[in-house]
Formats: sequence, C-alpha cells, structure tokens
Amino acid sequence: MYKIVKKEILSPVICLMEVEAPRVAHAAKPGQFLIVRACEEGERVPLTVCNFDREKGTVTIVTQIVGASSRRICSLNEGDCLVDVAGPLGQPSEFFGVPVEELKKQRYIFIAGGLGVAPVYPQAKYLHEAGACVDIIIGAKTAELLILEDKMRAVCDNLYICTDDGSKGEKGLVTAMLSKLIEGGKEYTQAVAIGPMIMMKFVAQTTAKYNLPLVVSLNTLMVDGTGMCGACRVTVGGQTKFACVDGPEFDAYQVDFEEAMRRQAMYKPQEIESDHKCKIGIERSNG
Amino acid sequence: MSRVAVREQDPKVRATNFEEVSYGYNEQEAVLEASRCLNCKKPSCMTACPVSVKIPFFIEKIVKGDFAEAARVISIDSSLPAICGRVCPQETQCEGSCVLGIKGEPVAIGKLERFVADWSRENGLSFVEKDEPNGIKVAVVGSGPSGLACASDLAKMGYDVTIFESLHKAGGVLMYGIPEFRLPKDKVVAAEIENVKALGVKIETNVIIGRTLSVDELFDQEGFKAVFIGLGAGLPKFMNIPGENLNGVLSANEFLTRNNLMQAYKEESHTPIFVGRKVCVVGGGNVAMDAARTAMRLGADRVSIVYRRTENELPARREEIHHAKEEGIEFRFLVNPVEIAGDERGWVKGLVCEEMVLGEPDASGRCSVTPKEGSRVEIEADTVIMSLGTSPNPLVANTTEGLKKNRRGGIEATEDGRTTREGIFAGGDAVTGAATVILAMGAGRKAAKSIDEYIKSLK
Repeated sequence: MYKIVKKEILSPVICLMEVEAPRVAHAAKPGQFLIVRACEEGERVPLTVCNFDREKGTVTIVTQIVGASSRRICSLNEGDCLVDVAGPLGQPSEFFGVPVEELKKQRYIFIAGGLGVAPVYPQAKYLHEAGACVDIIIGAKTAELLILEDKMRAVCDNLYICTDDGSKGEKGLVTAMLSKLIEGGKEYTQAVAIGPMIMMKFVAQTTAKYNLPLVVSLNTLMVDGTGMCGACRVTVGGQTKFACVDGPEFDAYQVDFEEAMRRQAMYKPQEIESDHKCKIGIERSNG
Repeated sequence: MSRVAVREQDPKVRATNFEEVSYGYNEQEAVLEASRCLNCKKPSCMTACPVSVKIPFFIEKIVKGDFAEAARVISIDSSLPAICGRVCPQETQCEGSCVLGIKGEPVAIGKLERFVADWSRENGLSFVEKDEPNGIKVAVVGSGPSGLACASDLAKMGYDVTIFESLHKAGGVLMYGIPEFRLPKDKVVAAEIENVKALGVKIETNVIIGRTLSVDELFDQEGFKAVFIGLGAGLPKFMNIPGENLNGVLSANEFLTRNNLMQAYKEESHTPIFVGRKVCVVGGGNVAMDAARTAMRLGADRVSIVYRRTENELPARREEIHHAKEEGIEFRFLVNPVEIAGDERGWVKGLVCEEMVLGEPDASGRCSVTPKEGSRVEIEADTVIMSLGTSPNPLVANTTEGLKKNRRGGIEATEDGRTTREGIFAGGDAVTGAATVILAMGAGRKAAKSIDEYIKSLK
C-alpha cells in the first residue's frame, strides 16, 4: 500500500498527490511514468511522474478525472492509500545523461497543454538546474483548469500562459503563442510538447515551419505498461513501437498522430459507460 | 476397466460463463481411477515428469484412501499441484509414457493430481517441512511458475527468499494469461501461492527489475547472494502486415490480461474490454484457444481460429481443442492473413488471407507450408486477436552487465540454470521462449539446486 502524504486540489477535475513509494522515488527520472491503481476494481492508470523526492521517498502524481479509475484516484484523501504504484516505466528523456556542459548551450521551449504541465515540470526543473535556457508555454481551456503555475515559474526563464477563452494570459492556442515567440525573435534549439494528442499534432505542424526539433510524450492506452500487451502500439517512422517501453517520448516528426488519436479512442464507449456506473455508485453510497 | 470419465460443465452453458470447465474427480471416482495404476517397478511416468513427482507413490496412497499422505508425497516435488493438475500437457509427459496407454487409455494422472491438491486445500492441509533458516538472501525475479518453483525449493533448503513481481498480483502467466475457466484465480492460483508464502517466501509486487531496481542493486544494496531470473516470455508477437494497428486488432496478451488479471468480465471492474460480434483469432496454440473461448464467453456471435497449417499441426493441447470445438469455436485451416482490412473509421472489417499448401515435414518433423499462388480468402471480422506466440522481455538482459542473450532473445543459460554471469541464474520461458508451466517449474527447480551449490561453493 502506498500512502498519500499530501493532496492538493488543483482544479475541480485535477488533483495532485504526493505518495510514499520509496523504491519508485529512488529510481525515477524525468520523462518516465508510473502505473497507479486506486482500488482492487481499478484500472492500471499510467501517470507521468510530476516530481520525486528521493530523501522522503515520495513521488508526486497529478491526475485528471477522465473516467471511473481516475475518479477513484481523485476521491482519495491524505492518509488514504493507493493499492499499487509501479515504476518508473519507459525511457527517461533524451537529455537525461547528456553532459551539463552540453545542456548549458541549449535553449528549450516546452509546450504544455492541460495535464501535460505535470510531466513537463521535472524536465524543466532538471534542465533549468543544469543551466539550460528554459521557456515554457502553458495552455488550458480556461483559467480554472490552469495548474501548477507558480511551480512552473520557478523552474524556467520565461513562462507564457494562454487560455482558449482568454480568462487568463493570452487568449488563444499554444501554437499561436509559439509562433509569436519565434517570429518575435526567440531562438530555440529544442522544443518539447506534452499534452492532448491533438495539441501535440498541431505543435508539430508549427515547429516544422521553423525547423525546430520537437519531442512529444505519448499518452497512449496501456494495460501493464511493461511491454506485455501492445495496447500502446504507435507508428513511429513507419515502424510499430510500444509507447510503454520504447517511449513514451518520441521524435514528433516521425509519429503518426492520426493513428495514435484513433487508437486512443478505442475504448471510449466502454469507458463512458463504466464511469457512468461509477458515478451512480458514489451517489448511492453517499446516501 | 476403462478410464473414469471426468464430469464437465455442459458446453452450451459454459460457453456463457467463466466457471471452471472441468469439475474434477470426487473421492469415489479418484479411488476408482487410482486403482487402475499398475504400480510399475520402473515407473516411466515419473521420469517423464519435468519436476519428477513421485507419481505411483501418491496414486498408491489414493487407492488406500489416504489423501493427506498423497498430498504430502506430491508436495515434496511440486509446490503447485492444483495448477499442474489442470494445465500440464500430461498426454505428452506422465500420461504419455504410462504403460496402460499402449493398449488402452493411460491412468488419468493429471486429474488425480488435481483431486489430491484440491482435497488438500479444501481440508486446510499445509506442508511446511523445511530446513533451519540459514539467513542467506536469494532474489527471484518473476512470480510465475519458474520463480515460484525455484523459490519454494530454496525456501525448503533454508534460504531467505524474496520474489520481485512487476505486476500488482503474483502468479505471472497463471494470473494474466490462463483464463479463469481453466485455472481459477482466487480458489487455485492464489491458494497455491499462499502455500509458497507459508514456506517463508516473501513476495514484493510492483517491482520491475531493470527499472525499479537493477540486478546489480539487488547484489550491492539489498544484500542478495544470488539472483534467479524467471520473468517469462511476456512480449507479444505481431505479423507485421498492413492494417495491424487498426482499432479492433489486439494481441492475445492484451485481450487475456484485460479479462484475467484485470477481470474485465466482472461487472465491478473498471477495465474495459472490447469484443465484437465476429472474432478472428490468428494462431493455433493454447493461448489462441484461450482467447477464442474467452471471446465466446464475452458474447461474440461467431469466433474463428485462423491457422495456417491443419488440425494435426495445431500446437494446442488436444483437450483444449476438443473443448473449444464443443463450445462452438470454428476453425479455418490452411489460411494465413496477409492484410487486415479496415473501414473508413479505422476499425477492422476483415482479414485478407492467402490459402496455404502443406508440404513435407522438415528436420524438426513439422510440416512446412507455402502459399497457394494467386489465392485470396476474405474473412469478415470486427475483432482480430493476434496469438502468434510471445518472446522474453529483454529489460533485465539489457540492463545487466555481463548477461548474454541467446538467439531467441532470451537469457543464455545452461541446462542447470547458470547464465554468463556468476551468481545470476535463469530458467523457464525467459530462457526458452514461450513453453509450458511445468517445463518452467522444472527449470526453476534445477536452478534452485544450482544456486544452492553455488552459494555453498562461496564459503
């Protein structure tokens, strides 16, 4: 059992949890993910590592309610336990292990959409501490869904915020902000986009115009997360890759986003039904 | 006297539920069947058993009605008899070499083993005869058949054994792969794992060796003196044909893991599973049978097994093929998919196959097949399950210095489980590629013996 030592509600549908998992905290690196289960009936939910504290033996995860299992995770409180936390899984980010001297010369632009802010945090932190230039664009539907703003500000040189409805920062999409920065004279050596598949697809179209290398982190469907099931198959450079063991990060220009989006939606009807049943269950149990 | 038939659930009924197919023998039936054993002076059944269960001895105890003693005899050599009694290919091992089989039907050794194990569990028996603890730590990677067998033997010798399992439940393929209707999870698998724990074996779940902890950390930081790698063959194979990434195409591993480990067939489980109306399973092994029969139980209208050779070459056990047929699974032989066709939404709509022609047996005795030129067969399907075998997960080999891989992608190991690095042992599917539960257990036992010799040589 993995005890939740801290819980913060970041938005009505997003919560942050710091969880005791000493072995995972000891091994976690930026870019990797975890598999979490809230209860015996729960799915194995892949969540990116938002932060880790090796001394305290804790990892921080950020969960958005999208279905029955994530709803269950978010319903837990400080002092409660997750039944399973497994990881870290997948490959660390490419820059991990690159000599600091090299990193110092790099100018990174991170584009984080929605929950994608969480996995960007440890990467930006690592690079910022290594002395690389780090700019971050955060995009959200509306101000209420904007998360971790202060934390992000602390690990970068410049933070840019945009919302679809203009309720905070600039009104508009992250791609418009990205173009604006580059057209305005900002020079970057590497871009990293993490967020909804559709956002990453459009960021790739934007960065392509400026010949800027782009890495994306793919949040595909997964069951085990260790290479056993193949649910996370993605076509990268014309070849089938498993996002769980070969990824989750890939060169964006090689990714078949259309296929990835289609595959991600494979269980949508069942997920909606299951979440519906779950909600009924909670309402009933509440009285 | 002919073999005592075993009672089974009616095929029409069982094709709609996940209850066990076979009911197993009751006491009278077991005694009657056991009495058929000739108690040969040189029991060939025993030598044919990969873990050398003392078969005639436990059968003799059944005849006398001393089921507890029968269970104790089995427990000396096998920690998982209720599992082996259900899933071993007895027809090619113990029963395959039974003298009675020459003229008639061999003694139903598997069914008798199952009876004894079930009786022992239902009567709360537990066998924890072991040597004095020696305090020496040994790590076992993977809690499947080879890991459990290795851990049990080492614990009996007094070692302090910890099994590391990457998933959230112990059991490996016994939990995620083999379906409930062949191998009940809580009643049988979990219970036999409890017996292993009763020997003092610790099991730590959610630890992925090669990610959470490296093998070197097991030695250097956790104080283990030897490591056994029994992580199985978990990686699914695909055909690499066009259309394989369409929605509705999945590996048998994914389909079975969703249903077995994640229990998607149960109302309360959050894990979704998709089964269409027309399901095609590509492949002919036990896993293909398991996937097809699971799809049928989940409500598919029509389930076909698509296999490129003929019925004679099907690698699955005869009993499984027979059960699948009884349950209404169709077989399409001598066809091989060359493409998966999809609709405009990116979902599967069918298999495009070519017809195959069976050739002469090759050196291994298996018939080769060649495509019939210009042939084309289309099979309608909205779910395609790829069951083409699995290969070992390279994670441990790739993250451990000095550990060589063999040509199958598994870990190179000798017959007695020694790898290319001192102190590291391996066995089961992780070495051989996908095989059987019992062969993995046999390899685990041999490795346990080697580990004991190795540790004693250190002193």
